[in-house]
Amino acid sequence: MAEQMKPGSGPLDYGNRLWLKILFGVIFFMLYVPIITLVAFSFNTDRRGIVWRGFTFDNYVKAWNNSSLIEAMINSLMIAFIATLIATVLGAMVALMLWRFRFPFKGAYEAFMGLPIVIPEICMGVALLLFFNETGMMTAVVAMPWPLNLSNIIIAHVAFCFPFVAIVVRSRLVGFNRQLEEASKDLGASEWQTFWKVIVPFMMPGLVAGALLAFTLSLDDFVITFFTSGPETVTFPVKVYSLVRRGVSPEINAASTVLIVITVVATVLAMKLQAPQKSGKG
Amino acid sequence: MDNWKDNRSVFWTLAGPGTFWLLVFFILPLGFLFVMSFSDKAIINGEVSITEYDYLTGISNYIRSVDTLYLTIIWKSIWVSALATVLCLLTAYPIAFGICFASEKWKPLLLLLVVLPFWINLLIRTYALIAVFRSQGYVNLALGAVGLGPYDMLYNNFAVIFGLVYVYMPFMVLPLYATIERLDKSYLEASLDLGASQFTTFLKVTIPLTMPGIITGVILVFIPCLGSFLTPDLLGGANAIMIGNVIERQFKAANDWPFGAALSFMLMYATFAALMLRAFLAKRSAGVDV
Repeated sequence: MAEQMKPGSGPLDYGNRLWLKILFGVIFFMLYVPIITLVAFSFNTDRRGIVWRGFTFDNYVKAWNNSSLIEAMINSLMIAFIATLIATVLGAMVALMLWRFRFPFKGAYEAFMGLPIVIPEICMGVALLLFFNETGMMTAVVAMPWPLNLSNIIIAHVAFCFPFVAIVVRSRLVGFNRQLEEASKDLGASEWQTFWKVIVPFMMPGLVAGALLAFTLSLDDFVITFFTSGPETVTFPVKVYSLVRRGVSPEINAASTVLIVITVVATVLAMKLQAPQKSGKG
Repeated sequence: MDNWKDNRSVFWTLAGPGTFWLLVFFILPLGFLFVMSFSDKAIINGEVSITEYDYLTGISNYIRSVDTLYLTIIWKSIWVSALATVLCLLTAYPIAFGICFASEKWKPLLLLLVVLPFWINLLIRTYALIAVFRSQGYVNLALGAVGLGPYDMLYNNFAVIFGLVYVYMPFMVLPLYATIERLDKSYLEASLDLGASQFTTFLKVTIPLTMPGIITGVILVFIPCLGSFLTPDLLGGANAIMIGNVIERQFKAANDWPFGAALSFMLMYATFAALMLRAFLAKRSAGVDV
């Protein structure tokens, strides 16, 4: 289109405008500098974390030896793991149902599924706190051995994670060619066999992406966990919160860096899986 | 698509577990909260009980929530959220616009760069901001190097608004990106060819056509801002509390659950009002669908 013109000088070549590039630079700088300094200062030898004094892994060793921090991390991973399993199954089933069937009040049902996504987290947190208290689940569950004492948090996490999984899986299913299903049945496969051999393999990238999304959502959640965890149970974000309230320390930086690495890896994986395949193999 | 009546057993098997989970662990708790918002603490032997309640006693909690003190906080939450949303829009629009007009090679990377912080724990990002803004933080160190400051940048409205913009910007960029990407660029060319300046084209063509994305982005940012608890708690401290902090206090330190429940419902009604406004505006504005 703009071949005769000097590249980058066309009226619509905003991508090459200097002011836009500068603005990009400034905004990305503001977005990333806090995170990058947080990661960088996790390797700093200075206890107060103000000036750079030298490279060390000491903060990681200290965080590793801090048993309450490790306990919180293990709790968080356990919760995220179980909640992800349940949320993925529930979300996939709801997605299949919405994809396959039409039924009365479908729009209302979809809005109902979206409620946990739109309702302020704090409202959901206090509602669950009240519910667990009034039903006696709070005291009952807190007294249970690990990991059952995490049940309330897991229940809460499943409730806000699985609608997200349903959205991701459903968007994958939209691309499914139902003739494949018919072909499978024509060739003598039962409904059940068709489901496992044709539909599930097709859903798989959506399932994995949805599961990774649920995993990060669960691992990152602070507000709902803050309300639904009993006084004794601590998850990683809740622990970091109590540490942050007391001030800045390089140990938090180290622990945060570990969490950042976990979530970034999970996210990049999920995005890779969700991206439309470029070659014809999809 | 099949009719649900054709295969009821499959329909119920698929629909059952998820629906059950949401009804029992989401709708029912909200029902509890709703009842609680109309209740009062029981008075036993002339003393206010800590754990017992008189259920469905009336709307006293709602009356209290429109008390000047709380109305001020609600009002402040609204304008802090609104200001944060406007600032988000002002920074996110050029970003989304720039990504759409960037070369194909750069697009995925730029999008990833915008979205990535969103995946990093909210708490960690807020903590990172504390390190930047505290009195011995990097900003003050940098200012100190040129002989300025130190300034108190934490524990005030500025810190809260900056924090909200920082945290929720990706929510604004994505819907804007989606609409600008689908915008037919020949409209812009036509406008420029017909003699409109870049500025006029932007104001009269680009903005109206991308209005649905703007509305979606505004709502997506405004709602979590209004209900935010962590950002004002850690960055605002006692000087910049928002409605979320008041609710938290009722359920933790102040131990006045009925009042906290009423405030939660006020917040939910405000959220639903914002969503309905969005649906209304989306119907009216003619532009690229999101």
